[in-house]
Amino acid sequence: MGHNGAAITGCGAALPERRLTNRDLEKMVDTSDRWILERTGIRERRLLEEGLSTVDLSERAARDALDGAGIKPHELELILVATVTPDYPLPAAACCLQARLGAFRAAAMDVAAGCSGFIYALAVADQFIRSGAYRNVLVVGVEIPSRIVDWSDRSTCVLFGDGAGAVVMQPADGERGLVAFELGADGRGREHLYIPAGGTVLPTSAETVQRQLHYVKMNGTEIFRFAVRIVQETLERLLEKSHLDYGDLDHLFLHQANLRIIESIRKKLRLPREKVPVHVDRYGNMSAAAIPVALFEEKAAGRLKEGDLLAAVAFGAGLTWGGILMRW
Amino acid sequence: MNIEERVKAIISEQLEVPLDSLTAETTFEEIDADSLDIVELVMALEEEFDLEISDQEIENIKTIGDIVNYIESRI
Repeated sequence: MGHNGAAITGCGAALPERRLTNRDLEKMVDTSDRWILERTGIRERRLLEEGLSTVDLSERAARDALDGAGIKPHELELILVATVTPDYPLPAAACCLQARLGAFRAAAMDVAAGCSGFIYALAVADQFIRSGAYRNVLVVGVEIPSRIVDWSDRSTCVLFGDGAGAVVMQPADGERGLVAFELGADGRGREHLYIPAGGTVLPTSAETVQRQLHYVKMNGTEIFRFAVRIVQETLERLLEKSHLDYGDLDHLFLHQANLRIIESIRKKLRLPREKVPVHVDRYGNMSAAAIPVALFEEKAAGRLKEGDLLAAVAFGAGLTWGGILMRW
Repeated sequence: MNIEERVKAIISEQLEVPLDSLTAETTFEEIDADSLDIVELVMALEEEFDLEISDQEIENIKTIGDIVNYIESRI
């Protein structure tokens, strides 16, 4: 028998201590604080300390989310980790996290949908809960881009930052929980944001390493156009299928890639600033971690209240996109 | 409104510059528009004139006249 949808009952976030400011970057590549700030809105980003890995950061966020939900690791039935920067190419980061938490009753897998990964994972969790299969699901969005960007490429290395966010999803009571989701992909755009080598097309070799093919390559113009268009389309579909309107939204959580993208969308939709949280200025683009960290921060600041209607929309490598509507 | 007037009206609104300061010879550098401003502008123009402008074409845009000529050649 099917059940109600899923609600977020606990959330957590973890950010590395180490900050890298635009001034610091000026000493590393040919760039300037002003250039970065004007084009991206980013002032500083966090970098994971050497010797620590994806799971080290994920664990902190996950434990806070579990505490918030009032459950223990052994009660988890499914762990989903949205990331493209796992501890190892194989196995999944979710398995590493399962072992770290001691959540041995839980199934575990990664969701690799780039910056949209957390939204994809929320939708997957919702479906497992709605079907009645599981009651306690941990969803983590974590990314450590600092380990896959080319620190000599000024067009990409200034954009990203490391971080982790986590939520526990459980069957919803009453009106709370996920109202609708909308996922999509267009693989024709796969080379607009990708890592050329290390897969089966170009397996790792001395030559691929020497040619720097293991770093992220991005076509920023294409991504910008795609993002502005797809976020609007996704929101419209979400609202339409839920018979709701932009005016009903209390919060719009957008993927935090670039302040210019966020502002472009916000102005088109004529939404006030206070409804669209921003942290890209402090953390850069944390990929799949951006939205769960924003959820955590807004909740911690007391701005996310029970009964609020929120939308969260992300876009990223794939190309992929995803949006959810949720009653908090 | 002819195409040039429509283009200028959109630029004025998007980039928040006074309409009467814009001529066909105005360059985007002069009105302090960077590459992302131009991308946003192109998206607004695509909507207004119902056409698609490719990345390569965006790179060739230097003045308002370039955009007007391009749109005139396409519709």
